[in-house]
Amino acid sequence: MTTSTSPLAHRQIALVDLLDRLLAGGVVITGDVTLRIADVDLVRIDLRALISSVNENVPSPWDEPREPREPEEP
Amino acid sequence: MTDATNVTDPTDTADPTRTAEATAAAGATTATGTLEYAYAVVREADAPHAALERVRGVAGEPVRAVRHLGLAVLAGPVPAADFDEGPLRERLEDLTWLEGVARAHQQVVDAAGADTCVIPVRMATVCRGEEGLRRLLASGRDRFATALDRLEGRVEWGVKVYAASAPAAEPSAEPSAASSGRDYLRRRSAQRRASEQRWEHTEEGARRVHETLAALAEGARLHPPQDVRLSGEADRNVLNAAYLIPHEESEAFAHRVGELAGLETALRLELTGPWAPYSFVAAEGNGRAEP
Repeated sequence: MTTSTSPLAHRQIALVDLLDRLLAGGVVITGDVTLRIADVDLVRIDLRALISSVNENVPSPWDEPREPREPEEP
Repeated sequence: MTDATNVTDPTDTADPTRTAEATAAAGATTATGTLEYAYAVVREADAPHAALERVRGVAGEPVRAVRHLGLAVLAGPVPAADFDEGPLRERLEDLTWLEGVARAHQQVVDAAGADTCVIPVRMATVCRGEEGLRRLLASGRDRFATALDRLEGRVEWGVKVYAASAPAAEPSAEPSAASSGRDYLRRRSAQRRASEQRWEHTEEGARRVHETLAALAEGARLHPPQDVRLSGEADRNVLNAAYLIPHEESEAFAHRVGELAGLETALRLELTGPWAPYSFVAAEGNGRAEP
């Protein structure tokens, strides 16, 4: 029953709200980039779970079909 | 950094394979090998100046507008040691580092978006050199123009709905000699029904909230409910939505959220924003699925 209506500028934004937008929103650029975050095969399970929790089921329609990618050697 | 020009870059048509090979061979030390982190795309005429002077990018670097074809991409040079493919892949595993990048990225987008329409770029988009940034603008020209037209004057508000904490478990009947296995099962079954009912009410409430707010919005997008490990919230997140609202209607929207919070006593609502329209850069009609 509580709402927090303070503008973003007035308080620290929760990281999880930020990641919802930065990892699942925004324009996906394909092609001439060093790395697409969607392609990152995270090694650490906890972080992978965390990122997939905001990333999955919300593919950008601008995103190209995801190519299976060989895991990179560290 | 030199200013970008509108001269068509001859490498626009270069074979990307050859370019990549050349870049790899030359390493990141050549002029074209400079890595550029992209934050957002704006109309060239709207490219902010003063706002960018007040912020630093993800590597503490200055951010400027690189112009091409009537558009501009806000970008800053970042060190290959952190942002080339291999190191970036590793760095992304580090939540502290990830958070720093996310916050810096958001601050650049926020500063630029304060008085102009911005199309945020997905986090960790790193191009090779200004040529790479110009190719980014060239290849996405039509969709950037469409998105800028669609999102001009709009902001994103986030609304999360949580199931308010369940009432404390009813004190179970005193175990007594009369308490049979059947009594126990009956009690358990009643508790389960109560819990299911509470859950149904929560879902119905969340749906009412979403339908009410989506009707006020030009667009709605549902993010997956947040993981408690990330949010640190004790209550279960049942709706994690973003709404696209004309800037001047923000106050009315926030007011409506407050009213809904008062009506839906079984729920806890949380409002965040205004955000740059991160969740709405995608084409119209996307993400409008009902919960």
